Amino acid sequence: MRERTLATVTTSDATPTPARSDVAVRTSEPPHLHVGPRLRELWAARQILGNLVRKEIKVKYKSSVLGAAWSMLNPILYLAVFSLVFTVVLKNNIPHFPVYLLSGLLAWNLFSTSLGLGARSVVDNASLVTKVYFPRELLPLASVGTALVDFVLQGMVLLLFMAVSRSVVLGWNLLLLPLAMFALLVFTCSLNMWVAALNVRYRDTQHLVNIALLTWFWVTPVVYPSAFVWARLQPHIAFKLLYLVNPMADVVLGFQRALYGHVTPTVQRGGTAVAAPVLAPVSVTWLAMLLGAVSIGCILLFLLAWRTFFHLSGDFAEEL
Amino acid sequence: MSAAITVDGIGKRFKRYRHRPTSLKERVIRFRVASDQFWALRNVSVEIPEGQTLGLLGPNGSGKTTLLKIIAGILRPTEGTVTTNGRIAALLALGAGFHAELTGRENVYLNAAILGLSRSEIDRRFDDIVGFAELEDFIDSQVKFYSSGMYVRLGFAVAVHVDPAILLVDEVLAVGDIAFQRKCLDKVEAFQREGRTIVFVTHAPDLVHRVCDQAVMLEHGEVKAIGKPTDVVQEFRLSMSRKDLAYGWDRGTKEIEIVSAEIFGQEGETREWFAPGEEMTIQLDLKANTPVAGPVVVSFAIHDQSNMFSYGTNTDWRDVFFPERFEGKYRVQFVLKSVPFVEGRYYITLGVHSRDSTKVYHVQEQAYSFVMVRGEENPGLVYIPVECRAERL
Repeated sequence: MRERTLATVTTSDATPTPARSDVAVRTSEPPHLHVGPRLRELWAARQILGNLVRKEIKVKYKSSVLGAAWSMLNPILYLAVFSLVFTVVLKNNIPHFPVYLLSGLLAWNLFSTSLGLGARSVVDNASLVTKVYFPRELLPLASVGTALVDFVLQGMVLLLFMAVSRSVVLGWNLLLLPLAMFALLVFTCSLNMWVAALNVRYRDTQHLVNIALLTWFWVTPVVYPSAFVWARLQPHIAFKLLYLVNPMADVVLGFQRALYGHVTPTVQRGGTAVAAPVLAPVSVTWLAMLLGAVSIGCILLFLLAWRTFFHLSGDFAEEL
Repeated sequence: MSAAITVDGIGKRFKRYRHRPTSLKERVIRFRVASDQFWALRNVSVEIPEGQTLGLLGPNGSGKTTLLKIIAGILRPTEGTVTTNGRIAALLALGAGFHAELTGRENVYLNAAILGLSRSEIDRRFDDIVGFAELEDFIDSQVKFYSSGMYVRLGFAVAVHVDPAILLVDEVLAVGDIAFQRKCLDKVEAFQREGRTIVFVTHAPDLVHRVCDQAVMLEHGEVKAIGKPTDVVQEFRLSMSRKDLAYGWDRGTKEIEIVSAEIFGQEGETREWFAPGEEMTIQLDLKANTPVAGPVVVSFAIHDQSNMFSYGTNTDWRDVFFPERFEGKYRVQFVLKSVPFVEGRYYITLGVHSRDSTKVYHVQEQAYSFVMVRGEENPGLVYIPVECRAERL
């Protein structure tokens, strides 16, 4: 047997090569969130985020024949069902119904897919959380990232329908899209942090999330025209406010105004032109202000959720 | 020399729930939850200078892994402070966090990214990682089809290729085949030469002896011994043989006790690795706690990994006899002139009993082990000392 001489380590000629001088101090103090340094840390770890998203997508479509096509099939199936219901069974007067539906559904699906994945994000990655250190926020954020990939695919379906039906309203309304998108992302990230952290301790959170999403879907004007809600709630200002407190309703209003854009289109019914109220009759400026306010609210919400998550994340490895 | 890792007064308290509510529903129904607390670690302080290797010894449940996790930043200490300087790669038991559904390749990328490599850096090192793990043929299969040995190999390969300043290794060297263990030790040696800091947890005292600059022995979460590997290992062995803490079973009346036991190589050095045909000495130190009457026999048995009895003998059969009245201390040596095994880990059971085995004074069942490493010159099932001649006719 070869003689091993491990015990005698030559330290004289050793050239210490610490990769970089990153000092880490860990104390018993519950971690306090310092937004600036933590953001820098997250930025430095952005590569991990990309890898986590890639992993999620791969895992999602592993052992499935159609793979990513499912992401596009999902809205198309929705579209088929809702088109059948709303244009044949419950006849509504929304022209270009597919474009209307998809523009709201796009926002809603990003939200609900993220939350569904987000609730399980920490728990499903227990093997990582208990074995390696990395900023835990990346897990719920990766869920949003994964849903964003679906979002892009579904956006392509929407663009296809917009092109086919030649239903594009070009104007200031398009500016609502980035604003609504921003509010949507910040809101989704905040809720994701909360449910991800909560689900570590209480595993039925993920089921509660699914039930909540089911209800939430119907208080958000995705399949029914928002003009309808508007008309009904017009005399009750308190109820209208309550309806608008739901950030998803505001975001969906923004998406629909930007991508669909027909507020009160005229439709042919029995040979005469009739005005069909579809979108809430408010100005683009009003919507922009609303979304601005929602964005600010969401940022505050995000900071709160982030703090909670950060605080709890120190003990994730123990709970799993 | 500056410290790479400073552990200062670390304590970790875990809550042990008798019944932990795992749903919101239960949480609402049972408002107060019964739990008791225990300290997995208490008052642990150790400083590891840059470029040094620390061995963590201790019986199961002594807090070794918890300490490693706190250093790695995975667990938050309940008290105390840990300061680390440099990129850490931790290898905690099976797989450094692999996802079963992903292929080996995908897991390598994910893992290396988490450990801090950029994509291009991983691209560059990918072949080395796979080569080191010897998984060229399996790298594109899902890791759920991997054996535990393959898992560990890949985990270790990633950890040592991410250029860490600090490497934390948890008992992984005990898994995997002998050839790979050897390779890992070579890598550890290379890391030491390069001036990297290593902390590793092990059950094998010999490894600590050979590899470490400093050793710590934990027991019940507290530092039992700290300092030079030789001293700590000695303390560990003593403690292991004194208490029922070892992995094997320990039984008997203890009228006569096995105080310590050791395995030596030919030159009297403590050894864990043997090559076929080498000489091995099994040495026991006995102590009679009370004088014992009647013929006393000391025996040993060797079992292989599949628990098959491979060989055993005793003092009687070797014509060594103790006086009718056994008292005081004895040192017994069994010198195996030529070990016939060729490969694998073997476990040694030691026993002191009466000649007819009706009285068992002390048996340490499979408490010690050694590893056989074969060279290519010794294929087959057993080692046969062969003298080879050739002459021209």
